[in-house]
Amino acid sequence: MKILVPVKRVIDPNVKVRLKNDGSGVDLDNVKMSINPFDEIAVEEAVRLKEAGEASEVIAVSCGGHVCQETLRSALALGADRAIQVETDCDLQPLAVAKLLKAVVISESASLVICGKQAIDDDAGQVGQMLAALLGWPQATFASNVAISEGLAKVMREIDDGVETLEMRLPALITTDLRLNEPRYASLPNIMKAKKKPLEVVAAADLGVDISPRLTVLKVTEPATRKAGILVEDVTQLLDKLKNEAKVI
Amino acid sequence: MVDYQAPLRDMRFVLNEVFSVPRLWQTLQLLSDTVDEQTAEAILEEAAKITGNCIAPLNRMSDEEGCRWNDGMVLTPVGFRKAYQTYAEGGWVGVGGDPAYGGLGMPKAISAQVEEMMHASSLSFGLYPMLTAGACLAINTHASEELKQKYLPNMYAGTWAGSMCLTEAHAGSDLGTIRSRAEPQVDGSYEISGTKIFITGGEHDLTENIIHLVLAKLPNAPAGSKGISLFLVPKFLVNADGSLGERNTVSCGSIEDKMGIKASATCVMHFDGATGWLVGEANKGLAAMFTMMNYERLGVGIQGLAAGERSYQNAVAYARERLQGRAPGNLVAKDEIADPIIVHPDVRRMLLTMKALNEGGRAFSSYVAIQLDAAKFSEDPVVSKRAEELVAILTPVAKAFLTDMGLETTIHGQQVLGGHGFIREWGQEQLVRDVRITQIYEGTNGIQALDLVARKVIGSDGAFYQHFAEEIIMFIDSSGSSLSEFTVPLKEAIANLENLTADLLERAKADANEIGAASVEYLHVFGYTAYAYMWALMAKASLGKESQDEFYASKLGTARFYFARLLPRIYSLSASVKAGSETLYLLNAEQF
Repeated sequence: MKILVPVKRVIDPNVKVRLKNDGSGVDLDNVKMSINPFDEIAVEEAVRLKEAGEASEVIAVSCGGHVCQETLRSALALGADRAIQVETDCDLQPLAVAKLLKAVVISESASLVICGKQAIDDDAGQVGQMLAALLGWPQATFASNVAISEGLAKVMREIDDGVETLEMRLPALITTDLRLNEPRYASLPNIMKAKKKPLEVVAAADLGVDISPRLTVLKVTEPATRKAGILVEDVTQLLDKLKNEAKVI
Repeated sequence: MVDYQAPLRDMRFVLNEVFSVPRLWQTLQLLSDTVDEQTAEAILEEAAKITGNCIAPLNRMSDEEGCRWNDGMVLTPVGFRKAYQTYAEGGWVGVGGDPAYGGLGMPKAISAQVEEMMHASSLSFGLYPMLTAGACLAINTHASEELKQKYLPNMYAGTWAGSMCLTEAHAGSDLGTIRSRAEPQVDGSYEISGTKIFITGGEHDLTENIIHLVLAKLPNAPAGSKGISLFLVPKFLVNADGSLGERNTVSCGSIEDKMGIKASATCVMHFDGATGWLVGEANKGLAAMFTMMNYERLGVGIQGLAAGERSYQNAVAYARERLQGRAPGNLVAKDEIADPIIVHPDVRRMLLTMKALNEGGRAFSSYVAIQLDAAKFSEDPVVSKRAEELVAILTPVAKAFLTDMGLETTIHGQQVLGGHGFIREWGQEQLVRDVRITQIYEGTNGIQALDLVARKVIGSDGAFYQHFAEEIIMFIDSSGSSLSEFTVPLKEAIANLENLTADLLERAKADANEIGAASVEYLHVFGYTAYAYMWALMAKASLGKESQDEFYASKLGTARFYFARLLPRIYSLSASVKAGSETLYLLNAEQF
């Protein structure tokens, strides 16, 4: 069984995000970039499935410019066997990524896709669901536990009422939640091996899908700053404010 | 205390932009296949992650808890075992090790950065893998093939640790007088007896075995340092099939209660007829130890830098947030009750002194590491010999100057926090206590200064010194006028050092006491001049880029501060050097 893991290059979670002065987006100049943390969890899960003998190969895929290769090398250092970069300079939106990935899934005949549940940069959280729909595959999103055996995937997900367990037949798609696993540190020998693992570059144009943007970003702004609190004089005033101003009780 | 963030941007700047190390690697056949810029980058990123997330959070509590001795066993603080296991499994203990025995073969230019991150995360923790790497180096250079195959793979893998057993109660800086004995046995092994003190990592619970390298004397050995041999003594004997056998008769009598590095076990070790094997030739043990000294001493220098960097990160974060007093002139934070203390000139003086010394130290230690790599990997004998001689003269400077500056910077970092620097909560006082040992062990800084002046400068009749001076002069001559604000004072500094060196060579001929009287201050003049060269190189790599990226603007500002405010210290120190030994001997011993 081949597992395909899409990985995205995003601003490192420890970096303080700055906006461009013209409000057109986030400033990426000289900013440290890393593999999307949820995608790292996806790679870890795929590698564990391979180590457990449930998978034969783990393929990491990233869509974008040449710099994505760094992210793919990170996935290879964590234990993915090989990588594919779908090269394009186009501004990629979730549907476009899902279409590109669909083409790769088919050409690789992968039977399981594990995605991060969302990328921490734009927080769209759409690619996994769209990709499953395009493929016509069952999907289990926000997985907190995954078990695969005999062509069946049993997936647990944390929901408001507790833990829900889904079962689906492969081929299928899973998206990872934060508590699915704790990704390992890449070992030095694996970092060195990653350099020599195969990394194939495929031109997005050759995959025959329409990836032109369909959404327009109007403006990107800082979230409203929190206002200073006030001291209430007594409980009555507190209740009054909670009822009439905050309208929470 | 803020979370430790490895200074990756600065490390990248030093390696790639100041020294173009990846280009150098391409020219060295033995390295070109192992490492390139991308691999180096991936290694540094992962080292930053593992040290920052896995080791740094243990630093504060492990200082409170310390190590515990219990009936010969030593327990390390909570969390150390798990962190050590993660670190070892990642292959980091063998980062610079020989690939023939399972090491990773990385150049020192990279492992020096990894060491900085590890020590900044926890000086105490860092000592365990550091001692292991040092022991491996000695074994790999001097031991028989059989010993290498038997011990190195597990040591590089971190499953076994190493220790260095040199000091005895009466023999510290002067090892010639040690009393530990080695009796030859019929099977070719030796029985080692004696007591060693101050043994870092002599006993602990991090690994299943500990391999001690022990200095001892053979029967009828010549007196003094020419009669010392080196032995490998494992805690558990190793069977022919590689499995662990009987416990050897080596034991930990107690551990020291000390000022700092409390989570590092400093042991008294008893060898009671313990079984060991000779490493290298009989009576050449001290020389064998010295081959690894260059690496170890640079490593200790980096500890000084690492403590300074962590202290700086805490101090900057505090100075930006702590509101006290108003800026001279205009208010900065109009809506607050006071301005952040980073507006005050004296706070800026302290922070900039720290920044300039840390970044100068990072460039300098990387420079020495690059020379170590050139000496080890270059196939051109001329290049390799020059690099070796540069290493010889720069190592004592790196060890002593970086650690002396480590104390100065951590004290500034403590001072910036005022009373909060003195209490434990913020971690600044721990850094002062932890860094203090780096000036003492691995050869005190006084011994380093003697080594620099007597053995390296005078011993080579100024030849080693000339390599360094010539390189700086060449740099100055090849730099254009855009760099003259840095090269002019650098030229004056090198002329001053030149003059001081010639003066010292001359005076030492007449009176041997002149060497010891001048050595520490001479080393400091050397250090500040070397940092001036580093800052000029860094300024050159930054000039013209300052408007694109604040990193370069900050570099240039710090370079200007260094030349204006720190480099002039050389003139006061030079006056002290020139004052000679006379005033040191006006008092007799009773008059003190």
